[in-house]
Amino acid sequence: MQNLYDKLWNQHVVHTESDEPGSMALLYIDRHLVHEVTSPQAFESLKLAGRKPWRLSSILAVADHNVPTTDRSQGINDPISRLQVDTLDKNCDELGITEFKMHDLRQGIVHVIGPEQGATLPGMTVVCGDSHTSTHGAFGCLAFGIGTSEVEHVLATQCLLMKKAKAMQIIVDGELSPGITAKDIALAIIGEIGTAGGTGYAIEFTGSAIRALSMEGRMTLCNMAIEAGARAGMVAVDDTTIEYIKGRPFAPQGELWDRAVTYWRTLQSDSCADFDQTITLNAAQIKPQVTWGTSPEMVTTIDGKVPDPAEIADEVKRHDMQQALKYMGLHANTPIRDIAIDKVFIGSCTNSRIEDLRAAAQVIDGKHIAATVKLALVVPGSGLVKKQAEAEGLDKIFQAAGFEWREPGCSMCLAMNDDRLASGERCASTSNRNFEGRQGPGGRTHLVSPATAAAAAVAGHFVDVSEI
Amino acid sequence: MEKFQPFSGLVAPMDRANVDTDAIIPKQFLKSIKRSGFGQNLFDEWRYLDHGEPGMDAAQRQPNPEFVLNKLRYQGAQILLARANFGCGSSREHAPWSLQDYGFRVIIAPSFADIFFNNCFKIGILPIILSAEILDQLFEQVNAAEGYALTIDLQAQTVSTSNGDVFAFEVDSFRKHCLVNGLDEIGLTLEKAEKIKQFEQQRREQQPWLFT
Ligand code: SF4
Repeated sequence: MQNLYDKLWNQHVVHTESDEPGSMALLYIDRHLVHEVTSPQAFESLKLAGRKPWRLSSILAVADHNVPTTDRSQGINDPISRLQVDTLDKNCDELGITEFKMHDLRQGIVHVIGPEQGATLPGMTVVCGDSHTSTHGAFGCLAFGIGTSEVEHVLATQCLLMKKAKAMQIIVDGELSPGITAKDIALAIIGEIGTAGGTGYAIEFTGSAIRALSMEGRMTLCNMAIEAGARAGMVAVDDTTIEYIKGRPFAPQGELWDRAVTYWRTLQSDSCADFDQTITLNAAQIKPQVTWGTSPEMVTTIDGKVPDPAEIADEVKRHDMQQALKYMGLHANTPIRDIAIDKVFIGSCTNSRIEDLRAAAQVIDGKHIAATVKLALVVPGSGLVKKQAEAEGLDKIFQAAGFEWREPGCSMCLAMNDDRLASGERCASTSNRNFEGRQGPGGRTHLVSPATAAAAAVAGHFVDVSEI
Repeated sequence: MEKFQPFSGLVAPMDRANVDTDAIIPKQFLKSIKRSGFGQNLFDEWRYLDHGEPGMDAAQRQPNPEFVLNKLRYQGAQILLARANFGCGSSREHAPWSLQDYGFRVIIAPSFADIFFNNCFKIGILPIILSAEILDQLFEQVNAAEGYALTIDLQAQTVSTSNGDVFAFEVDSFRKHCLVNGLDEIGLTLEKAEKIKQFEQQRREQQPWLFT
């Protein structure tokens, strides 16, 4: 009896150091996604060592972190950002690597474009020098983030040295209430198990509520697996998976398609497969989530309150909480809905796909952002998402409501380009990390779903979507 | 990579759980296309009072006198004591690069985030896991005694204090072998190139759609 993770793992082992469980294995990598921030040093070392990429067709590159989201006709202003993007372009051109350049309609956040292109397929091992590579696990593949030395290792050998993780199963059964999204499920799970709860595990998400999610929802969920400490998150293949992939540019066609689908359908945990840990959540009980602190586990529900450190017995935890509240400029016991916001960010590899934009647009349609909201941004995940949204008229809805409609990229998720919070500013953000300084030095981030972010934009403070 | 030999080093405490990679090295410094020079921006937002940007002269910055690594007694520290889930967040290898560039060779914590933990080994930093209780003791000792040092012996898998306490730690045998002998992992993997090619060929036959 094998679980999904066992199957994916076993399919890719080229060699093991010894037969003992937990020994290092050499794992074959099918898809290597590359972006500009974590690759330059790897390409440089590769060159210095006189080595060449093992299999060019496995690599797909794109610049996403540093690209401007405003007018791109002038290129990138910041010379250091520009050099990083130019370096990626140069490396890809020299080596013959497929890259979607900044002016390509297909450019976007690496974790959005992989699936969008069909470059992420079930049964693959997918790696990228980026922790949110876990996103791709939504397709029943083994996908995880790696460091720059490992990027070089994969370039040079098409393999990685790894130890098998333990397997965790998170079952979410039941039906979600209206307006509750994959983002709320993800934050509720992290609230439950903590940001280190998944450390050392690969997580498989299952249960009727997961089966009912669209591929985009599954991607949002797997994207956040890393915030629970797990390197990989995954969802078994079903009709939803196969329907999504069909007809995408990098997906197989014709006879190969049929063969692939037959294989893909086996990518599920056997019934009665063992897991090292199982956690169960009731979907019906999940409410809209809002983080109040500087770690994704510092989360509560929209009708909740900022917790009181005085009630925490553990000294280290209490201290962390006090520090977080100080940084966030919040007081214990403040109702979440009394927290006023300055900015709104809808975007990032967690929530910048078409369904995310539709969900936000639906909330703000015919309304306007509050006068106290200084800036509300929508940053589509890719050029194709943007185009689709425009075809549906979503850009008009956002702009009429006072949102800015931008070019695709990581943007204010990590503020490496010009989009950022000023010190002390508070943001309702659909991204995945609320660490200190993440969206700009001194900036205060509250993680929420696109619908909750849109509702906050209209109200000027957090509010249940159903009340907008 | 340099061989990892036994050494005694000055210890500095970082008494905070969930220290994330954005805190270790803020993103504005990730724009560099080099591997070196990150040490001066290690913990930048905590370490300086002014806001740091790439290219700034560290000598002209305002250090935060309250920040632990700025205290005179910890100058030259090579061993960092940390709390649970150290290195959580992004996959940026810039985090271990900056710790190494600053001078740290060993980080001791009750737990680490996976990717960070891995990245450390790849560049020759040794992350050591000891129990939360032992770390409580070590934190207490380092706070109490100026010039507090620990001896690290990877071959023997021990951390020793000057008053004779010896704590054993676990480490994967392959990783230990690479560190102790200063081996290049890519070189090692390429010794198996034939095996990789065979595997790839087999895969190409079974799942040809992966190779188009
Ligand atoms: S959107 Fe944010 S989390 Fe996602 S890849 Fe970009 S920077 Fe990383």
